Amino acid sequence: MSTQTAALTSAAPAGLGGGGRSGWGAGSIRPVLIILVLLLIAVGIRQPDFYDPPVLLAFLKRAAPLIILAAGQYFVIVAGDFDLSVGSLVTAEVVIAARLIDGDPAATWPVIALLLGFGLLIGLVNGLVTTLLQVPSFITTLGMYLVLVGAVYTWTGGSPRGALSEEFRLFGRRGIDGVPVLGQLPYAVLVLAGVAVLAVLAMRSDFGKVLLAVGDNPRAARVTGARTARVRTIAFLASGVLAAVAAILLGGFGGVSFQVGQGLEFTAITAVVLGGVVLGGGRGSVAGAMLGALTLQTLLTLLNLLGVSGALSSAVQGLIILAAVAVGTLRRRT
Amino acid sequence: MRKSTPFLLAVCTAVAVGVVGCTSDVPGASPSAGPSGAGTGETSKFFVQADHDNELALRTKSATGPADKPWEQALDPKTVDTAKYKKAGPYNLCFSNAGVGNPWRQVGFKNMQAEVKLHPEIKSFTVADAESKDDKQISDITDLLGKGCDALIVSPNTTATLTPAVEQACAKVPVIVFDRGVNTKCPVTFINPIGGYAFGATGAEFLVEKVKPKGKVLALRILPGVDVLEARWGAAKVVFDKSELDVVGVEFTDGDAAKTKTIVSNYIQRFGDIDGIWMDAGATAVAAAEAFEDAGKPFPAIVGEDQQDFLKMWQDKKLTAIAPTYPTYQWRTPVIAALKILNGEAVASPWKLPQPTITADNLSQFVQKDMPPLHYAMCGCATLPGYPGDWGGK
Repeated sequence: MSTQTAALTSAAPAGLGGGGRSGWGAGSIRPVLIILVLLLIAVGIRQPDFYDPPVLLAFLKRAAPLIILAAGQYFVIVAGDFDLSVGSLVTAEVVIAARLIDGDPAATWPVIALLLGFGLLIGLVNGLVTTLLQVPSFITTLGMYLVLVGAVYTWTGGSPRGALSEEFRLFGRRGIDGVPVLGQLPYAVLVLAGVAVLAVLAMRSDFGKVLLAVGDNPRAARVTGARTARVRTIAFLASGVLAAVAAILLGGFGGVSFQVGQGLEFTAITAVVLGGVVLGGGRGSVAGAMLGALTLQTLLTLLNLLGVSGALSSAVQGLIILAAVAVGTLRRRT
Repeated sequence: MRKSTPFLLAVCTAVAVGVVGCTSDVPGASPSAGPSGAGTGETSKFFVQADHDNELALRTKSATGPADKPWEQALDPKTVDTAKYKKAGPYNLCFSNAGVGNPWRQVGFKNMQAEVKLHPEIKSFTVADAESKDDKQISDITDLLGKGCDALIVSPNTTATLTPAVEQACAKVPVIVFDRGVNTKCPVTFINPIGGYAFGATGAEFLVEKVKPKGKVLALRILPGVDVLEARWGAAKVVFDKSELDVVGVEFTDGDAAKTKTIVSNYIQRFGDIDGIWMDAGATAVAAAEAFEDAGKPFPAIVGEDQQDFLKMWQDKKLTAIAPTYPTYQWRTPVIAALKILNGEAVASPWKLPQPTITADNLSQFVQKDMPPLHYAMCGCATLPGYPGDWGGK
């Protein structure tokens, strides 16, 4: 609990000052906060031990990869772009890790470095194709998605090979044991806290201000001398490297899997939109995006507790996207 | 007005969810109402009572053939005369493979390639990989028939769609079908282990024995609509329906570790405890067991399969487990059968192979520390040329 509140309180001022507006306008985090609180109350009624620190931390551990992905997706969306390649990137990273580590503990750290590098590389390609070749990011990243899906399938012959080492899986599965009150402090939650702080600091820096300006009005930003291509490319780099971080956590949690990243790009976009970030860019805070992911995960948890089948979760996501975009449009018009 | 829209929406959404949350019944009540495990759902249209009874009976039949070579054994064999196919070697053997899209098929195909190396009378072994596509396999078979095959082995991708292609091949060469079947009697023989009903029942019976009455069981299936997998679940359902176990859920995992772990974690959260896990295939058994470990819960009684990662975990963590198998050694048998047929020797048709089960008593024989985690123990490959390196072992 303490980690969560720490992340939230440190994030909130940046959210209000950095990108969104206070109050109820487009980009505000207040609606998502209210939804989150109500959902948390509902979950608490349904599962009274949910607020035991270990249970709550286990929940945060499972939410961490999505929150990290949402933070990455935020940078891209707020600049007016999309990154549809993150889901297949996550799958590719996990499959690459399993194949290269092949159960050898000594390979863990080099492979982690390689995975982060691969995430950056994919982000760089996405960014350069979008900015230099002026291909709409929707198409660029859709293409990258297909390239990665096909490459993974070809490379592995359609079935996973190799194995992740226990050392690699540590980050997604284990934590620091014996912490007073909390029990086990999962590494995933620590990674999440680190990412949250860095993301908020990035949005408070000059980079963040330029990024928002680019999303709000690209032409005006360019006229005022902002290097729009550079900040948009950096946004893709951030999305790529955060997808790599999420992949390390997800691979650790579930082991080698071919479907680990399936649909994650849409889940991340849903989370960002739910967090009050406006598709098309210029409005919304990274804290909102991460809160959106937490809210989405809470909603999915509640649906599970209510016995609603997992198959419905994509329908719920679809409704959220539609509702959030519709409300966002209404808010801007009034 | 301007301020109220989103706020209203937020409140409405949460209230709507909250109301559902407050009014619905206790979690266990929705899927299973009756004491006889009504949670198992409708009987599948794939379920054939006679086949089910036959397979369950076969489990206790003793096999004919060399005891140390189960891939040459046959249960309850009825032989067919093959004198008309007798032909002098060397032979060109052809194989139309459905695909190598999962570790089971990868291990099996290695077994088959190694078996071919044992027989110098096989001059060439021509393989076409259909990459799990029906249309490709149909054209593969046509292509192979034009390549002077002396005998054709087919592992069909799907039953109904491949039947006409197999019939067309039967008219030209002796055909041997194995693993999944076809809807025609024209192949000289059809080779497979006892089958899905026996597999599914063995696991379910183990849970009935190990889990206390009213205990909560979660059934995990890969996907619906595949005959072998439907048979496994069909037989398990029969066992569960007769038992006092409470089947709290039947879920599809797509055979994926991450999805399996998420589903099992969700059930643990929803029901507090799960006492037994039944699976129609063991590839994700480790992920299912890990979900209990990570949630700080005791391991349930669990049904797995003969993959090394699961066997190792079973041994290390002292699980209460069983592993029915669908042995990959069945990939050796078609080559042996083809040579017998070309030699004019009678073969069993259908050729039912024994289907051993790994239990706590014989587990240590099957744990192979030097083999990769996705290797299948019941491969009958330890004496084959190239072992263990070709199978990824050390």
